[in-house]
Amino acid sequence: MPSTLLAIALRAIRAVVTLLLCVTIVFVALRAAGDPAEQMLPPETPPDVRAEYRAAWGLDRPIPAQYATWLTRVVEGDFGRSFSDDAPAFDVVVEALPRTLLLGGTALFLALLAGLTAGVAAALRHDTFADRALMGVAVLGYSMPVFFLGILLILLFVLHLRMLPSSGASTPLHLILPAVTLALPLTGRVARFARTATLEVMGRPFIRAARAKGLGRIAVIVRHALPNAAIPLLMFLGIEVGLALSGAVVTETIFAWPGLGRLLVKSVTLRDLPVVQAVILTVTAIIVASNLLVDVLHAFADPKVELARTLGGGR
Amino acid sequence: MSVAEAFPARRGAASPVVIVCILWLVTMVVVAAGADLIAPTHYTTQDLTARFRPPAFLAGGDLRHLLGTDHLGRDMLSRLVYAVRTSILIAFFGTMIGAFFGTMIGVAAGRLRGPVDLVAMTLTDMQTALPAMFVAITFLAFFGNDIVLFVVMVSLDGWERYARLARGLVVSEQATDYVRAVEQLGARSSRVVFRHLLPNILASLVVQATLNFPQTILLETSLSFLGLGVQPPGTSLGLMLGEGRLHLLNAWWIAVLPGLVIFFTTLAMSLFGDWLRDRLDPTVDPTR
Repeated sequence: MPSTLLAIALRAIRAVVTLLLCVTIVFVALRAAGDPAEQMLPPETPPDVRAEYRAAWGLDRPIPAQYATWLTRVVEGDFGRSFSDDAPAFDVVVEALPRTLLLGGTALFLALLAGLTAGVAAALRHDTFADRALMGVAVLGYSMPVFFLGILLILLFVLHLRMLPSSGASTPLHLILPAVTLALPLTGRVARFARTATLEVMGRPFIRAARAKGLGRIAVIVRHALPNAAIPLLMFLGIEVGLALSGAVVTETIFAWPGLGRLLVKSVTLRDLPVVQAVILTVTAIIVASNLLVDVLHAFADPKVELARTLGGGR
Repeated sequence: MSVAEAFPARRGAASPVVIVCILWLVTMVVVAAGADLIAPTHYTTQDLTARFRPPAFLAGGDLRHLLGTDHLGRDMLSRLVYAVRTSILIAFFGTMIGAFFGTMIGVAAGRLRGPVDLVAMTLTDMQTALPAMFVAITFLAFFGNDIVLFVVMVSLDGWERYARLARGLVVSEQATDYVRAVEQLGARSSRVVFRHLLPNILASLVVQATLNFPQTILLETSLSFLGLGVQPPGTSLGLMLGEGRLHLLNAWWIAVLPGLVIFFTTLAMSLFGDWLRDRLDPTVDPTR
């Protein structure tokens, strides 16, 4: 057990270092990109107003000093104030975050439900027409650009059938189209993964032993195959978090879903540095934390592998 | 080992589906290369008296604009042809740059180990933690959009996968007897890497590039769709779709036609990549 804990501690340190490096690079790059006072204020602004603006936001100080101040404040939970509406950047992000989590969570649930069912079903009918048809649909799913799918759904369900609303987040009905849009590519990848994993595990000796002692197909899958596929599935989903968040940026923009992705697109257009930095930090933290969680679960399931991976510096 | 040996004899012929995919991809390359010859008009030619003309196969369409016109009366076919050129070129250069640097970093990490390995793996961890989409949106907005920066941003997508793959392959390949034999014969490190290691891991990297290409197209089109990629008066498939989104109700074809082209291209490339992987059967993770 100590070796497992050591492995987890090392992983956690790596996660924190990764997070810190990411936000540092983004901070320095964005400050180096140009003077926000030039970009935010209209061109006819008098020089003394510009100077005052810089002093008010601390933009007149050298970048390392600005960074030190920013980092100390972030640790205390203060992300600065939005350049555009003066609200605390932290509050702006905290308002958007649950909506992205709701959207992503719903999409993940739909994708797991449909994808696992389709993938396991395809594996059990390996090399039949049903298998090829299901996998064909899965490829269609993950090749479909989210913005095109979103537009097709709007055309069909909003403009023609007039069944569902297309923009905003005011009622639960508003969740349906963006969640389906975000879920479809993920469903395709989950189905494919589940098929491969099931085929792989079904060929192992312990499954044949379970079948041989008279267990039914369903019992073998539920009691023996699925638990053994859980860890690979979890690691697969850990990788998918980044893809899902990237997809959420486009999905949220199409459906005017007021989450993190739309907030980022809006704030980069307004050159709203504090909010952009807060969003980037949140996104990075979500990805790093979910990968760490997957690693920790993996470490408890298989201590030897995990320690080797950590010390070896990744695979 | 030569390149021909790296791609062993075919195992299983191409199915009709794969042949259709290859034909589609070849068509896209031909369209991109011959855009100036194929397009009936230039992509910026406007005809304000012929706005929102539907494609010729729909009621109200005419043969002068086979695929209709957009909100400025520009010929959709011509715009699609040039958009294919832009999108394919950007995705191609993005993939090549990402594959090249990713592979180099991975090979260096696997070969040199130690501090180089640590730095390389930290960089791949950072790329995983902050996906290319977010880096691209932020940097393109703040640094101002130009085509070089855009291609660099697109190339960020997936380089870390080549790096991890190449590193893993180099580490396991180096332990084989033939590499040790070559080293003990006194071969320089560069000879070992370029004459022996790279040709042996090439097949896996080519498959990875094929499977990564659709993702790169999706990143390019997504960014242009959001208005952060290719800028008007230029044209790209994503930009066309973004413009068409405003006219869905009365002119759906402006958005749907470029969407279909993107969809068919990513689909064809994915199926082609799957087939290539089955044929070459390298050590690529079958789930990706």
